[in-house]
Amino acid sequence: MPWLNIILQGVLIGGLYAMFAAGLSLIFGVMRLVNIAHGDLIVLAAYIALMVTQALDVSPLTSLLLVVPVMAVIGYTLQRGLLNRTLGDDLLPPLLVTFGLSIIIQNGLLELFTADSRKLQAGAIEVQTFQLMQGVWIGILPLIQFVVAIGVIAGLETLFYRTALGRAFRATSDDQSVAQLVGLDTRHVFALAMALSLAVVAIAGVFLAVRANFDPAIGPARLIFGFEAVVIGGLGSMWGTLVGGIVLGVAQAIGAQIDPGWQLLAGHIVFLAILAVRPQGLFPKVSG
Amino acid sequence: MTRVEHATRSSRIGVALIGAAVITLAFAPYWGDRQTLRLLAEMFTFVTLASLWNLLAGYAGLVSVGQQAFVGLGGYLLFALAILLDVHPIAAIPIAGLIGALVAIPVAALIFRLRGAYFAIGTWVVAEVFRLLAAQVSALGGGSGISLPSSVVQAMAPTRQMREFETYWLALGLTVLVLAAIVALLRSRHGLALTAIRDNELAARSNGINVGRLKLAVYVLTAFGTSMIGALIFLQKLRISPDTAFSVNDWTAFVIFITVIGGIGRIEGPIIGTIIFFFLRQTLSDLGSLYLLMMGAVAIVVMLWAPKGLWGYIAERFSWQALPLQRRLVLEKETGGKP
Amino acid sequence: MPDAPLLEVKAIDAFYGDFQALFGVSLAVEARQVVAVIGANGAGKSTLLKSIGGLMHPHSGEILFAGSPIAQMAAFDVLHRGVALVPEGRRLFPSLTVEENLLIGGQSRRPGPWTLGRVYELFPMLAERRDLPALALSGGQQQMAAIARALMANPQLLLCDEISLGLAPVVVRDIYARMPQIVAEGASLIIVEQDIVQALRAANHVYCLQEGRVALQGSARELTREAISAAYFGV
Repeated sequence: MPWLNIILQGVLIGGLYAMFAAGLSLIFGVMRLVNIAHGDLIVLAAYIALMVTQALDVSPLTSLLLVVPVMAVIGYTLQRGLLNRTLGDDLLPPLLVTFGLSIIIQNGLLELFTADSRKLQAGAIEVQTFQLMQGVWIGILPLIQFVVAIGVIAGLETLFYRTALGRAFRATSDDQSVAQLVGLDTRHVFALAMALSLAVVAIAGVFLAVRANFDPAIGPARLIFGFEAVVIGGLGSMWGTLVGGIVLGVAQAIGAQIDPGWQLLAGHIVFLAILAVRPQGLFPKVSG
Repeated sequence: MTRVEHATRSSRIGVALIGAAVITLAFAPYWGDRQTLRLLAEMFTFVTLASLWNLLAGYAGLVSVGQQAFVGLGGYLLFALAILLDVHPIAAIPIAGLIGALVAIPVAALIFRLRGAYFAIGTWVVAEVFRLLAAQVSALGGGSGISLPSSVVQAMAPTRQMREFETYWLALGLTVLVLAAIVALLRSRHGLALTAIRDNELAARSNGINVGRLKLAVYVLTAFGTSMIGALIFLQKLRISPDTAFSVNDWTAFVIFITVIGGIGRIEGPIIGTIIFFFLRQTLSDLGSLYLLMMGAVAIVVMLWAPKGLWGYIAERFSWQALPLQRRLVLEKETGGKP
Repeated sequence: MPDAPLLEVKAIDAFYGDFQALFGVSLAVEARQVVAVIGANGAGKSTLLKSIGGLMHPHSGEILFAGSPIAQMAAFDVLHRGVALVPEGRRLFPSLTVEENLLIGGQSRRPGPWTLGRVYELFPMLAERRDLPALALSGGQQQMAAIARALMANPQLLLCDEISLGLAPVVVRDIYARMPQIVAEGASLIIVEQDIVQALRAANHVYCLQEGRVALQGSARELTREAISAAYFGV
């Protein structure tokens, strides 16, 4: 049953897209910032993982132990040092500064690593599959990534709605001045949010690097996939983002089956169709 | 009796200088060599693209990172019109502009549903869709692109020198036209409305300005101009491919950097920015990606510490304007001058 | 040796851009004292509280809390020192439930008598609605929640900005009925009020502001009606 296999593959890669989107969505929720460099930061994480696996001779999974905290620190510093200065009523500064950042990261990586395609090796697990039923196989690695994606989103939801940090995020997003009145240092809260976002980006970057070839220029496409997943799923809803990612993944998989050149187009067309017909997304939450 | 005056002493000087510059540039084929002409034409292209982007972002508040959609569309339309429909390449330029404007209408209908930074990314998606669609059109070379056939090239002018003069004058003419149109728009009451929108959209709305319609008009007009420039760019290059036509770096990154450094929301900004950009490019010669990296860093620094750009800083410091765009109410029948 | 006041505001000037809102305003609050600040609209009452609370910073003058200068401190630092502001208009966090608003009020973990349990004892109607979204409460209940949120930080000084605004008199009386308990637990209060009667009833000491200046101050019991009207309206 080729179509079932194809749709399943689309669903599984949707998990990865949802992870691209989760970090983006988190930042927008907390501080109304859209980080245009988001995709390039995913690629940066992939290159950091590359360096770690090469220098320490460890598996990509193990490298996460280092890549995640490194990216989190980068996120905290970036927000505290640069992006906090762009927050405010004017929408130009954050947009243009993160755009500039995107260009800097892409070209910095180009200078350091050249345009050669790279890939992280995870070993035999990359090609292992198991048979779900007659004629239907699932890749073990994609399945693991999908399960991790669900875990990440569940984790973020729990953090947002059941922890003190999550309360701090929601309160600061609601009303910055009053958040200060209850003792929250909003500069610190925003920096923590960015650190968390880049921690998720780190996982997404390592998964991306294991799954496919990467080079410095593929960042913007990942940003677009994440963005499309957010819009399809509905602003403000983490689980909606998962659905959005899955819809996008399935659309691309079906498109690729029709014609390889139609893979990306199919995804974009579905995105534009949702924008036309249901612009608030499939599961919009009334976000503040 | 009151009237609105636009000119100031600095703007009269500015207009005179610009007028002199345009005349000098019009004669460039006679005093400049091939390289100079190409450089100047390239600068004109960027001044126009940046001015149009400035109109969109700095005045209408629509920050687009996807204008390469129309640059590429204009280019492909020119090639399609010239190759498939036997239209004279020079005539094809305004036609490409017109079709680009028509395409902009349904595009706007879709992406205007997004706001702020999400709108920006939406424009990028549209550019990507155009790029992917262009790669599917085998009649125009598909993914690898196509060169302009010699029959079309000959149709422009019999000798290469004449063709280069022609494209140069077209570039200069188009730039002057687009800038004049922008100045005219900004001096009109629509321009006043745009400035109101830029300063405070909510207040503008409550004063009866139809914000949505005005933004749509600006988006479509910008698409018209950008498509024409795109057509001219690829007419000059004689070759087009999806990746070059819809390149973010070439048609958006540089344009944004030029406008930011020169000064957003001021019409003189893109001109100053282009001069600085090309000066840097000439002096720093070929640093490749390092050059882009530096531009990104400079743009960030400017955005954070001098958000009005170089011209913005100068204009405020000395109260200059190079073009007569200010609005001053002059009361006639006065004893002294108005302050 | 006389104890230094808990809070000393010394001749502060406050500006909104080019507009001066406070001219050399001085004020003092002792421990366990209730001070009322009254005045017409625009007299500068809220500006004074915002300056003490750290949302604004005076251009000149000093603010000393427990002897330390706090005038140029950020609001979150001022809270950590022990000064909590209940802002004008309640301003509960819409994305949080009632209980979450209280919990975040206590996120600074300052030691003291006020815990979630004690706050619910003081305002039982909040306990009944603890899981509702904050904005589902009535105006009066929201005001109580805002005060409770500030109490959770165990402040030594509680600043209340126009808590009677938009509320029915019976509701206002209900809220003010709980003030003595707040003072008994160790906090001083500055209440900014439009409701002069309520303010005079609740306070020990009164300051009347008029166009950014202190027009009158004195013990609540001793000030006469005439003196207050004169100061309030500038007659």
